[in-house]
This record gives sequence, structure tokens and C-alpha cells, in this order.
Amino acid sequence: MNYQPVIGLEVHVQLNTRSKIFCGCSTRFGAEPNAHTCPVCLGLPGALPVLNRQVVESAIMAGLATNCAIAHKSIFARKNYFYPDLPKGYQISQFEQPICEKGWLDIQVEGQPPKRIGITRIHMEEDAGKLVHGLGNGSGVDLNRAGTPLLEVVSEPDFRSADEAVAYLKQLHQIVTYLGICDGNMEEGSFRCDANVSVMPVGSATFGTRAEIKNVNSFKFVKAAIEYEITRQIDLLSDGGTVVQETRLFDPATGTTRSMRGKEEAHDYRYFPDPDLVPLVISAEWVERTKKELPELPDVKRQRFITELGLSEYDAEVLTSSRSLAAYFEETAAVAHNPKAAANWVMGEVTRTLNDRGLAINSCPVPPRRLADLLHLIDKGAISNNIAKKVFEAMWQSGKEPAAIVEEQGMAQVSDTGAIEAAIDQILAANQGQVEEYRSGKEKVFGFFVGQVMRAMKGTANPAVVNELLLNKLKG
Amino acid sequence: MGITQLEIEHVARLARLALSDAENELFSSQMSAILCYVETLNELDTDGIIPTAHAVPVQNAFRSDAVQPSIGTDQALSNAPDRVETFFRVPPVIE
Amino acid sequence: MELHTLTIQQLHQLLKNRQVSSVETTRALLKRIETTENRINAFITVAADQALAAAEAADQRIANGDCQTLTGIPLALKDIFLTEGLRTTCASKMLENFIAPYDATAWARLKSQGAVLLGKLNQDEFAMGSSCESSAFGATRNPWDTERTPGGSSGGSAASIAAQQATATLGTDTGGSIRQPASHCGCVGLKPTYGRVSRYGVIAYASSLDQVGPVTRDVTDAALLLQAIAGHDPKDSTSVEQQVPDYSTSLKNDVKGMKIGLPREYFIDGLDPDVQRAMDNAIAHLKGQGAEFIEVSLPHTNYAVACYYLIATAEASSNLARYEGVRFGHRATETEGLIEMMMRSRAAGFGAEVKRRIMLGTYALSSGYYDAYYLKAQKVRTLIQRDFSEAFKQVDILLTPVAPTPAFKIGEKTADPLQMYLSDIFTIPVNLAGICGISLPAQPSAAGLPIGLQLIGKPFGEETILRAAYSFEQTTDWHRQKAAL
Repeated sequence: MNYQPVIGLEVHVQLNTRSKIFCGCSTRFGAEPNAHTCPVCLGLPGALPVLNRQVVESAIMAGLATNCAIAHKSIFARKNYFYPDLPKGYQISQFEQPICEKGWLDIQVEGQPPKRIGITRIHMEEDAGKLVHGLGNGSGVDLNRAGTPLLEVVSEPDFRSADEAVAYLKQLHQIVTYLGICDGNMEEGSFRCDANVSVMPVGSATFGTRAEIKNVNSFKFVKAAIEYEITRQIDLLSDGGTVVQETRLFDPATGTTRSMRGKEEAHDYRYFPDPDLVPLVISAEWVERTKKELPELPDVKRQRFITELGLSEYDAEVLTSSRSLAAYFEETAAVAHNPKAAANWVMGEVTRTLNDRGLAINSCPVPPRRLADLLHLIDKGAISNNIAKKVFEAMWQSGKEPAAIVEEQGMAQVSDTGAIEAAIDQILAANQGQVEEYRSGKEKVFGFFVGQVMRAMKGTANPAVVNELLLNKLKG
Repeated sequence: MGITQLEIEHVARLARLALSDAENELFSSQMSAILCYVETLNELDTDGIIPTAHAVPVQNAFRSDAVQPSIGTDQALSNAPDRVETFFRVPPVIE
Repeated sequence: MELHTLTIQQLHQLLKNRQVSSVETTRALLKRIETTENRINAFITVAADQALAAAEAADQRIANGDCQTLTGIPLALKDIFLTEGLRTTCASKMLENFIAPYDATAWARLKSQGAVLLGKLNQDEFAMGSSCESSAFGATRNPWDTERTPGGSSGGSAASIAAQQATATLGTDTGGSIRQPASHCGCVGLKPTYGRVSRYGVIAYASSLDQVGPVTRDVTDAALLLQAIAGHDPKDSTSVEQQVPDYSTSLKNDVKGMKIGLPREYFIDGLDPDVQRAMDNAIAHLKGQGAEFIEVSLPHTNYAVACYYLIATAEASSNLARYEGVRFGHRATETEGLIEMMMRSRAAGFGAEVKRRIMLGTYALSSGYYDAYYLKAQKVRTLIQRDFSEAFKQVDILLTPVAPTPAFKIGEKTADPLQMYLSDIFTIPVNLAGICGISLPAQPSAAGLPIGLQLIGKPFGEETILRAAYSFEQTTDWHRQKAAL
């Protein structure tokens, strides 16, 4: 029998607000355990939550960017369960009446037509703390992360392959980082994903029993985890077995998923409206205002780069892959008045150097303005493209302006025929044998002379002028 | 409506209460009586009635996204039954 | 002069005119506590040293010309209010050694005026009860008859007033927990409209019903104390931003033309004859002052207790989940692993009534029962709320008994929780509707036990019930009667 996988994703997007969702404690990563806590996020008796307005703004932005309807009225609910990293014995989340519902994203898997993926809902909730195992004979509870704001983005079970799931995740990741509401750091868990995977016979109308794969924290692992899980379930069914509904954990070391059974009991979360929080009412004006303030989204930007700046589809795709890269490119292009050259440099020299040094675009020591200055020097023939690369390296190291570097290091391109002629004469005189060869018809030797002249002039000679003068001299 | 001791055990587990056998028995009879009493609510037709979760119509209570000082690890851990470094310590999870 | 018998208003005048000091008043009350506590057990913690230090500071403040209404006034708080540095137990073994790192907003407001905290008062454990018998620190006794309960859950708040151990106290009221003990102990107890006073720093029992309020010797003090604690708190999302009126303007004798409703369902056959007599007497007094009485109907009254016990216990089951022995509170030792640690800590830390309510609430929220119990109760709550808004179209306030009987005997109802729950029938609907109510002394029973009269107001109608209560108080002297201790 042939099987068809059915996949749905639940993505937890950690919002990059300064303070926690229900109290004023800092959300900064890496503090001493429990240093960022207060009565509210410690769940002390008598403490009460007050909603961070920025979390609502971020949720509305995410909803608008994913074509959701923003609920006029939404409410918070308590999800009740016991775990030592959950200070109140319940998580404040949304259950009935979430802030965003019924959205979609169009995804594109290479070689396939675009596909629309439904987004069931987006809701706001608080993160739990952390349990650190192996501290003496027990575990340590650190509540610094408790109360960090999260958006949970729940998709419809619309994916039929791991590739579709990954395409969606990448797009969602791009959207939330473009919106500036999430730092997108998957390793630190700022963007994490649970996948619900089931398989059913091709043509069947009912989904199979699903397994939930928890907390997969890279695109690569998502693909591996889903693919492994699909194969596991198909093998199981083909051997006459049945799939159990359960939570499974992906092990990146082995590329397999394993059951978490035994680690948890059947849950009964006993959701009910949180009486400590009042209903959230979002007016049409509020939504409109947010819509106006929404940054340009990747799709729109990509299109604009193609039509307005004349970039190729490929270049536009690469340059919009992140909001900061696109911004870097756009500023360079605008100042340099040369989008094509800016694109080539940002995708070439800039990206290569960043990669070599393991840096992100935000930490590029050469600001767009300086890069644009460099492009100017090339455009007006002051330096060659090859020299420009050396200048760029020097800018990176010293932080100086390109013109100053060219000046200091005598890298300016020489077009003065006198100086070039003198050099040519010297080379021809010293290499009479090759001159004879050339004149007898071995025109290949021409390249040798060009190289010698350039070397003698330390690369600063204008290659066009060298060519012209050399030809004349050799014709003699 | 009665509640069985089996149900009581399930609810106690959900509520993380280790009840004694005597408590189990007592609660199942007392809860049965109370649940029987609350059955009277079913005399009322509540179709189409909007449930009340908040007594007073307040909406949109916000704080701005500003960091306030935390209370510090000494205060945070001052009532901890057990601690290690600046962690609260708990027994290991037994599977 | 017997300093322990004074009201806030009287004491304030004396302090302001430098006729007495806060220190001597505080000493007098501490002395009174010392001589009466063995019979009453109103306090869980007496903070003598801190109280005297605060009194000294208050005297200094007064000497500097800063004497606000509560500066130097010795008060006591139900042990449900967090007090920084002074343990807060909520009458539970669970929190036997809990010292909060912050103050409840209501207490912080009093403290900022220079009020003196004598100590923390006994109550039913986690405010769950109507008799103050479920405290892990022993039952409180009614100063009018020490064989009887003071009512609950704020039993200590009322008993300490009746025993003249504090000038005024704060309690909390979830289903009658201020009004019923005030009624049983012959004092004034006010439950403000939900959202009028901040709940921040008040240990939660049922968050959508809990409200903080004063327990005092007379109506004037209730108004003064409410004035000091009322108002929006940015730390409590459910506290309202509505401006706090000047409640002292309500302290005038004026009920002429006031329309007072008598809900048919509260004056049932079989109402205790003493209670019936007290109500008739009160109606006559108010009529004599020009109030107009109209019979009204609150048709869903009989469903209130069932509705309340589902909502309150459901919320409580979740509110009390934080007590699992991880960050604070009782932790059972010698346990096998995490889950057992939690289960045994909770089993040992909570008393029977708390466990019973957690069980009931967990059940009401659990899968398959939510709609039938919790959601149904929330819908009935809407009907009860509507009853009141309909009635308030015809009348300004309502007059009812507070409790069906005077204070009952210790042990009388502990075996049958449902009977105990039903004793709150007249106070519970007010919490479900989120409106305000005041209990004040009416004609005592033939045996001399206090009986309270309840006046119920519209949302944020505290001014009107205070005015009616004040007017009634002016024509009677039951509030001046003292328990013979």
C-alpha cells in the first residue's frame, strides 16, 4: 500500500520584548539563575499578572503578516499542569478566543507549484522556566525564562512532505524576523517547532494516528525528524503494526525519534478563562494603525528589488533572505546609485568575508555608506575591481575610508601614458627574445607582457591603457 | 450523581494530592452529596446565556514594555525549601 | 479612657490633638490582646515589637504635623494579606514559615499613611470556610459566646474587633467572608464592589470573587478605611480606574425617599425568628426615617450556592496549584522523586476543607465535566447578575439578612460541608454579581447574640449603602454594645 504523510506544525516564536509578558523582569538571556525574577514570575502567593502591551502589538503584527483575522475580543486562559519549571502550576495561555485566527501562507518548494498552507491560530502565552538536571541528587529550577512572551503559531495539517514543512518554517522565520518581533535564533530556542506527523493510505479521507515530535531546533533537523518519522510510521503500518498517539523526541545524533512515553501522564489541562486577566479588545483602528506601521515584508521587497532596482530573481531572493541583509544592500545601492554593483558586492565580497569570519551582517565593520564610496571609486575608474577587493580588506581591518586607503597605499589607478610607456619600454628591452617571438606571430606572448607591466606597476596601471600602448609598441 | 473512588483517585492525581484511604472514602461520599446538590442548576435553561467570567466589565489592562528591577536571588530564594547555588532544588523526576 | 475601645475617628482626633500617643494606644491594645487571646485566638501572629516601632515612627510623624486619617492607628490584618518581613500563613500549615518579600497593595496604602500593624489575624485556611474552624492554628472563638464560632472566613478580623484587640481590621470576602463574621460578632463589615480595592498581594482563593474590605466598630470607620485602600492599582488588572469618591460625604443621616428593596427570596419561611425580628425592626427604623420599601424578586437566589461552589472551587483548584513545595511552603521529606514530593507536600500542607475544595474544583474543570459544571455555573452567574440589575431598576439598595441564623456553635457544622456552605446563601449572590454589600449590627437575638443587617448596593454604589447604613446606625446603639469578656 502507498502511504501519504500528513503534517501539521506548531511553532513557538519567542518575542524579543525587553520585559516579560506579565511582569517587568528582564528577558535577557544568560543571567545568573533566578536573577531575573519577581513575585509575579516566581508565582508567589498574591502576585498578579499585568499584560505587556508590546506582546499584543507583536501578535497583531504576526497575525497581519500571515493573513489572519485579528479577533476583536480575545481572552487568556489557564492551562493547568504541574511541573517544577511552571511556577504557578498553570501556564497563562490562550485557548478559546485566541488573538489571531484563520490565516495562511503561500509556500514554494523548488520544482513544485506554490501551495497555500492554512494557519489555524496564533496565540500569546508565557514560557516556562528551565529545569537543570544533575545538581547533586536532584534538579535545579531556574525561572529566568519563566514569563518570557511566546507566540504559538498553529498550522492546519496541510503539509504532505518534510520539504513543504521546511519551506513554511523558513518563510515564517523570515516573516517574524522581518517584523522585528523575534531574534530568530533557533539554537537558543527563540524559534522552535513541534511537528504532528501521521500517515494515511493514499486517497484516504481520514488521517492516521499522529505522533508529536517535540522541540526541533533547526531547519535541517525538522526535515530529518519528519522524514524519519514518516518512514517509521509507514514501516510500522506495513508490518501490520499500529501507530500510537504519543510525544516523541528527535535525537540529532542518530537522526531518529524516540518515544517520551513514561515521562508524562495523560494530560487534562483543565483550561478555563484566567480570572486575573481582563478581556483584550482590539479596535479596528488599532489594527489599521499596526497595519500602517508594518515593515515591508520579504515577498513585497523581493518583487520591488526586481522591478525597481532591476535585480535578477535570484539576486533578489538572496538579498531579501534576511531583513538586515536587505537593509544593508538597499542602503549601499541607494548611496552608490548602482544597484547591480551593490548587489554583486554584497552577495560576493561582503558575504564571503562575513562567512570567513563567522559574522552576521549586523556586525559587518564596513558600513553601507563606506562600501558605496568604494563602488564610486570603481565607477569613476579610480581603482580597478581587483584593487577594490584589497581596499575592501583594508577597510575591514582599519575602518578607514576607501579614498584614504587608496591614497596612503598608492593604489590609485595610473592612466598616465608617460609612466606606463616608461615601464613598457623597460620590460620590452629586458625581454627581447619574447618580443621577437611575438613579432613572428606568437601572439600569446602578449599576456606575458601585460602581466609584467602590471607587476612592475604594482597593479595600479589602468589595464586598458596598458593594452593599447603595448600593442602600439609591439607593432613597432 | 455519585462519584466513584476510582474517579476520586484520578482527580486526586490530577490535583497532586496524596489522599489517604479514609480521605478517599470521605471525599467520595461528601463530593457525591455536593455534586448531587449542584445538579439543581440543571433546572435552569441556560441556552444562549453568555457565561460570566468577570464580575465587572474591565478590558485592556496593560503595562508598557519597560524593565523593572527584579527582586534579586536572595529574596527569590528566601522561602525555598531546598536550594543549590541560586537554583531551587527539587528531587529528580522518576520515570 | 479605654484606648482599646475607640474608633478610628475618635482615636484620630485624640492623636491629632496630641491627647494620646500612638505608642500608648498600641500598648493598650497589645495588653488587651495579651489578656483576651487565650479565650479568643483571633491572632495567628502578634507583632508587638514591630508595632511599637511603627507607633513610635507614627508619633514622630504626628509631631512633625503630619497626621493623616490612619497615622498611628493600630490595625490588624487577616493573615491572607502579604506583609513584607512578617510571616503570612493564610492559616495553613503550607505557609507556616512563609515570609513574603513584598506588601499587599491594600496594606502598603495603610502603611504609607503611618498605620500600625498589630499582627495577623486568624481565618479559615486559605479563606475556605464560614466559621474560622479550618485554621491550622486552631479555631477562633466568638467574643459574645466563646462556645460559638465568630463566623468566617475573616473570623479573626471580626472577633478581634468585638474583643477590642484592634481599632479596625481588614478582611477579604469571597462569598460572605467579611459580612458574615461581622454579623456574628456585632461589627461593621463592608465588601466593596469587585475591582474597587486591589487584590495584589492578597493570597487568592477565588480570583473572580475575592475582594478586600474593612471590618470596623461603626459605619464611619468603614468609610474611612475604605477611603484609604480603594482605588486603581496598576498591579491588579481587575482593579478599576474609576475615581474613588469622598466617602465621608455619605456619612449623613439621609434616607428620605430612598427606595429600599426587600428580595422576596431572602425572607423565606423558616428564617430564624430572631433574624426575622431583627429585620422587621430594621425596616421599621428606616421607614421611620423616610425610606420607602418595595418588595422585589431575585428569582435565581436558590441557585447561588451551587453556582458559587463550582466557580469558587474551580478557581481555587488552580490558584492553589502553586503550593507544591518547590519555591516556598511546606515540603514533605523522604519522598521518592518529584511527583511524590509534590503530592505528599500538598497532602500534608493542606487541611481537609482545602483538599475537599481543590478536589471539587479539579473535578468541575476536568475533561468531560467542564461544560456541565463550570460553564453551566458561569451561565447561571449571568442570570444571578441580571436578577440584581433588574431589581436595581426599581430600587436604590436592597435590605436582607446576612446569615440565616446567629453564630453557630463550634463543631456544629463541620461534619456536613454542604450545611456549612448553605449558611452563606444570603451573602454569596453579592459576590457572584460583583456588587457591594455592608453588614452592620441590628437587633440582637433574644439570647444576646449579634445579628447583622445586610445592605446591598449597585456596582460602585458604596456611597449609597454607607449613607443608609450610617442613617440606620444613628437611630440605634447596637453597634455600641460590647461583648462581655
